Amino acid sequence: MLEIKGLTAKVEEKEILHGIDLTVNAGEVHAIMGPNGSGKSTLARVLAGHPGYEVTGGTITYDGQDLLELAADERARKGVFMAFQYPVEIPGVNNAYFLKAALNATRKEQGLEELDAIDFMTLVKGEAKRLQMDDSMLQRSVNEGFSGGEKKRNEIFHMAVLQPRLAVLDETDSGLDIDALRVVSEGVNALRSPERAFVVVTHYQRLLEYIVPDHVHVLSEGRIVRSGGRELALELEDKGYGWIESAGAGARR
Amino acid sequence: MSATQTIDWIRDGQRGLGTRAPAWLADHRARALEAFETIGFPTTRNESYRFTSVAPIAGTAFDLASPEAEGAAAIAAANEIKDSAATAVVVNGCFDETLSAYGSLPLGVVVDGLANAFDTDGSNARDIASQLDTDGLPFAMLNAAFLEDGIHIVVPEGAVLTSPLQVVVVTLPEDKAVMAHPRIVIEAGGQSQATVVLSFVGGGGQPYLTNVVTQVRLGHGAVLELVTDQRETEQAFHTHHLHAYCEAGAILHSRAVSLGGRLVRNDLAAVLDGEGAHASIDGVYLADGDELVDNHTSIDHAVAHCTSHELYKGILAGKGRAVFNGRILVRPDAQKTDAKQTNRALLLSNDATINSNPQLEIFADDVKCTHGAAVGQLDDEALFYLQARGLSPAQARDMLLHAFANEVLGEISVPELRIALEHRLFSRINRYLAE
Ligand SMILES: Nc1ncnc2c1ncn2[C@@H]1O[C@H](COP(=O)(O)OP(=O)(O)O)[C@@H](O)[C@H]1O
Ligand SMILES: [Mg+2]
Repeated sequence: MLEIKGLTAKVEEKEILHGIDLTVNAGEVHAIMGPNGSGKSTLARVLAGHPGYEVTGGTITYDGQDLLELAADERARKGVFMAFQYPVEIPGVNNAYFLKAALNATRKEQGLEELDAIDFMTLVKGEAKRLQMDDSMLQRSVNEGFSGGEKKRNEIFHMAVLQPRLAVLDETDSGLDIDALRVVSEGVNALRSPERAFVVVTHYQRLLEYIVPDHVHVLSEGRIVRSGGRELALELEDKGYGWIESAGAGARR
Repeated sequence: MSATQTIDWIRDGQRGLGTRAPAWLADHRARALEAFETIGFPTTRNESYRFTSVAPIAGTAFDLASPEAEGAAAIAAANEIKDSAATAVVVNGCFDETLSAYGSLPLGVVVDGLANAFDTDGSNARDIASQLDTDGLPFAMLNAAFLEDGIHIVVPEGAVLTSPLQVVVVTLPEDKAVMAHPRIVIEAGGQSQATVVLSFVGGGGQPYLTNVVTQVRLGHGAVLELVTDQRETEQAFHTHHLHAYCEAGAILHSRAVSLGGRLVRNDLAAVLDGEGAHASIDGVYLADGDELVDNHTSIDHAVAHCTSHELYKGILAGKGRAVFNGRILVRPDAQKTDAKQTNRALLLSNDATINSNPQLEIFADDVKCTHGAAVGQLDDEALFYLQARGLSPAQARDMLLHAFANEVLGEISVPELRIALEHRLFSRINRYLAE
């Protein structure tokens, strides 16, 4: 579904990603771990098509098409979703109203009929309930005044409504207490399916106890320095990231 | 332009006014004309017109508009609020009774032509109109020099109107540039509650000048929502002095929306002259192409324990220019004043400009006064967030603009008008962005 080859990218004239290779098949969950500043969010934002990040080399293929050719909104309508590490507060834009516009834009692209207000509200209320989200969050401005945890929950709520094919979750676990983490993880697990893939970016392996990955990759200084199965996450938990940093590029496999 | 130069078209225009004016009115006009001729049209050397050149107005020889204008009825009809309690129409400066309509107005509510009101026994219209203070307001002087007609509204003490009263001011040039100088007098009696919508519209391909003065009196505890719905044509010059006087406990909600005109100058003055009076003075304005919108507001905290809250929001595209000057005067006795002023502007192009200037004059010590101005572009991260969920760039932009304007538009209590204003705002923005 997703094939990243030799990806290099820079932001503000500084190269952050120095050659990423990653293949994600439908049905899989890949975890990307790594110390702060290693480039995890940069990778997520490049996948989502943030205009501030310039791809300087390599390719990204998504469902056989060149992802880099597509603008952020086109990617989204083709099923690429990124849950933001820091969701943006947008005063004056109603959360439900926005989500309805987003969902209908996607449905239109897929040749589906747009949902009317009643069907939409039925859908979102159901998803909100599953995520144990207060209904009032639907009628508030997008992320405005939300607590850290509410913002993350809202991201997963958007994902649940939009039903993407490829979801990139950028540190969705940070800022969540253990109960919230469980609820959010259940939300993600409910979406797991043979047609769908996840790239879960996290700093801690705790999340991976709830969202069990098929593959774990360690990112360090803009490179994937190790890949493995679930056990790699546990190893990191034990040893921390220190050994990777000291091993540097030499640890690359 | 020299200060004493006689401006021929103004003299000519004045001669066009009826000669049957009563002595007080003739005297009022003559004194105003004299005052205007002493100072002439302001130049950019005048502090209050530093960023706003009115040379295009001074340089256009306007004829006094004729009250019979074919096509005015259609324009008025197109801009009427369907479920208003009354609609009073002014065509080219004069009240047009045949185009005006009244539903079932509560007892004592007056909606009438101003000239009629001048002739009505017991009406305050003449006293209020003749007491207009035009000091420092050249266009208000001109309005006084041409005082003839307009609208008089009285909401009597204790009356609560649940539907809005609307004044539709149509200026419609035929084959030549014209000017109109309507006067609107609004009296909101003690404890009354009402919404008054002032709609300014026009038509025709020629330039015109709508030079309005609105005088508002709010009695004890009156609540008045005053919506200024300004949708003039691209050729229009629009100058408006709005003076609102608030007694104790009165609440004024001014919502001024400026969505048209080649040059728009609003001088809004609110005087809080009784304890507990409150004014919220809000505005939304759009300037694109070569347009200029200048909002000068002045809130006079004359006594203690009054509050004012001001929020102006501008959207500027193309070579659009805006001026915002927000004066807050807190007089020595006005302790415990709470005044907040904010002007925010979005620049959608590199050529758009705004000059924003707070002018705080505070002579009391126990007060809370804050002001802030923010000028910027649409938030890139917000745009990205919306697009990353599937909205097209245009959809994302409109959603943010909508949110920006809605902080003021959303407060307008007449849904039909709110929708019409949003529609106008977005069709204008989109027209510009499509170019
Ligand atoms: N917008 C930006 N401007 C400048 N530097 C950036 C920007 N975004 C990321 N960086 C830099 O790129 C590096 C990687 O950041 P990031 O991808 O956010 O790491 P992670 O998510 O792994 O913590 C850091 O050194 C960070 O300072
Ligand atoms: Mg990060």
